[in-house]
Amino acid sequence: MFYRESGDFKKTYKLDSQTFPIKFDRWRYYFVMLVAFIVVPMFLTDYSANAVMIPFLVWAIAALGLNILVGYCGQLSLGTGGFMAVGAYSTYKLMTSFPGMDMISVIMLSGLVTAVVGAFFGLPSLRIKGFYLAVVTLAAQFFLVWLLNKVPWFYNYSASGQISAPQRELFGIVVTGPHATPVAAYLFCLIFAVGLAWIARNLTRGRMGRSWMAIRDMDIAAEIIGVNPLMAKLSAFAVSSFFIGVSGALLFSVYLGAAEVTEAFSINVSFAVLFMVIIGGLGSIFGSFIGAAFMVLMPVLLKNILVGGLGWPTDLAAHFELIIVGGLILVFLIVEPHGLAQMARVLKEKLRLWPFPH
Amino acid sequence: MTEPLQKMEAASKLLELKNIDLSFGGVKAISNISFDVMEGEVRAIIGPNGAGKSSMLNVINGFYHPQQGEIWFDGKQRHSMKPYQIAYQGIARTFQNIALFKGMSVLDNIMTGRFTHMHKNMLWQALWKGPAEQEEIVNREFVEGIIDFLEIQAIRKTPVGRLPYGLQKRVELGRALAAQPKMLLLDEPMAGMNVEEKEDMCRFILDVNDTFGTTIVLIEHDMGVVMDIADRVVVLDYGRKIGDGTPDVVRNDQTVIDAYLGVSH
Ligand SMILES: Nc1ncnc2c1ncn2[C@@H]1O[C@H](COP(=O)(O)OP(=O)(O)OP(=O)(O)O)[C@@H](O)[C@H]1O
Ligand SMILES: [Mg+2]
Repeated sequence: MFYRESGDFKKTYKLDSQTFPIKFDRWRYYFVMLVAFIVVPMFLTDYSANAVMIPFLVWAIAALGLNILVGYCGQLSLGTGGFMAVGAYSTYKLMTSFPGMDMISVIMLSGLVTAVVGAFFGLPSLRIKGFYLAVVTLAAQFFLVWLLNKVPWFYNYSASGQISAPQRELFGIVVTGPHATPVAAYLFCLIFAVGLAWIARNLTRGRMGRSWMAIRDMDIAAEIIGVNPLMAKLSAFAVSSFFIGVSGALLFSVYLGAAEVTEAFSINVSFAVLFMVIIGGLGSIFGSFIGAAFMVLMPVLLKNILVGGLGWPTDLAAHFELIIVGGLILVFLIVEPHGLAQMARVLKEKLRLWPFPH
Repeated sequence: MTEPLQKMEAASKLLELKNIDLSFGGVKAISNISFDVMEGEVRAIIGPNGAGKSSMLNVINGFYHPQQGEIWFDGKQRHSMKPYQIAYQGIARTFQNIALFKGMSVLDNIMTGRFTHMHKNMLWQALWKGPAEQEEIVNREFVEGIIDFLEIQAIRKTPVGRLPYGLQKRVELGRALAAQPKMLLLDEPMAGMNVEEKEDMCRFILDVNDTFGTTIVLIEHDMGVVMDIADRVVVLDYGRKIGDGTPDVVRNDQTVIDAYLGVSH
């Protein structure tokens, strides 16, 4: 009854362009923030932080980044794993070269480095599209992983070839290294996830976002209204890679603690993030979060049900998981290319005008 | 019928094309065409299918680069420019086959037309609050004015893909108008419309021309429409110019009648 637009008219354009135009949505947003920042930390355990909450936030940031590129600007990329690796290794080099630098700056700078690398690999997008661009970004994926593995300077000549995150504090609270509490690690990631989601929302609703969508929908028409295709595509690659770099930095420094590039940032990562974006919803910020939640939660749930509940062997359950993901990708691509977010929107539209549908 | 002439005397040349040659491989789309467009006039380009009309617009807005010839716009000779740079010079257009942004709403489509008028950089946009939001509101108000003008208030939030053909053409005109162009290029704005829709579209075009003084170059097959709204007409046939003048002059020109009017009507 209370979820309605009736009687909730916008009197100014400012109000009309709000992120959450309906009062109920706005309250729900405050409620989610309250839960995320206060309630969740009160109940966070080692298991729930490491198996669910922290990976959810880290992957959501990566999905946001990829969604800007694929969903908003229409440029397909399979280089996500490689770009996350750039973020992770930048963080490692910054942490070890400048031990006094605060972690917020470290992560943001890693994002910037990744943005530059991403924009560089985005250059071919001016000339090539679709499938061929995907091949170029795939090449970037393999090249970056190869480079980070091959040049020992990147991992400070460690014998194992691994990078591991030293302990760092933020405002006196340990956020990286083995002594970081789950709550601290979670909140640290949460700040980035919320901040970046807000930035993504702002960029996509304004001039820059419209230039991305214009390029995605009809590049010829975009040009005649003044959009420089190179600038639009490169800015999408840069912003997208910034997000993905931050995600890689957090994955390494806060979540994994130690990483080896061929394992942690393989092509599988690129596909996993792409699946999050497709399942969650192309061109939707909310969708990036649901997509990440889905891909993080589903294996946990399946494992609990199939292995824990029904006593299946672990490897069989793992295969079953792949089948489910593959099947869902097919279903979404065919039935609802705009993903779970669109399904939620359709449901909302119906509720929105209820009880007066016409 | 003296009115168009008066208009011409008072105004200066906004666009002048001199000896334009354009070919694709062996196909000559435009051969040695010259014509001018006066500031504030409605200039029509007519001619049978494949005459080179759309190619002419593509030359004007920079999609095609002619092999020969000069283009003068707003008093300056143009040297090879990209279409997006030409947008900044004040030329907007619509397409023969509608080229709207399918994934966006009517409002967003028309807002994209404001692109050249918005300048806040990425950092302000990322923050939103403050200058970027202010700029967005100012431009949104302008766009609402266009939405009112085109009488499409009711479909403001509708994704353009869901609209019928006639309305899509109207939205595309709105997007071009949002750029506040000096010169508006319209490629068959009334093709595929019924009589009522055509009348509306004619009214919009004339209103734009009257109210904002926008110079209009339009391609149209409907001779009735052309005779009604154009100040001067260029006639093309097989890439050559075969007639140029006021609608009355063109209508009574024997070459034009033979090549075009006589054949298709
Ligand atoms: N990009 C292109 N590549 C090759 N040939 C082209 C191209 N664009 C136009 N042409 C050729 O140039 C000639 C003129 O085409 P144009 O589209 O300008 O005609 P038009 O007068 O607009 O016709 P219509 O009334 O059918 O729209 C045609 O022979 C066409 O095949
Ligand atoms: Mg044509």
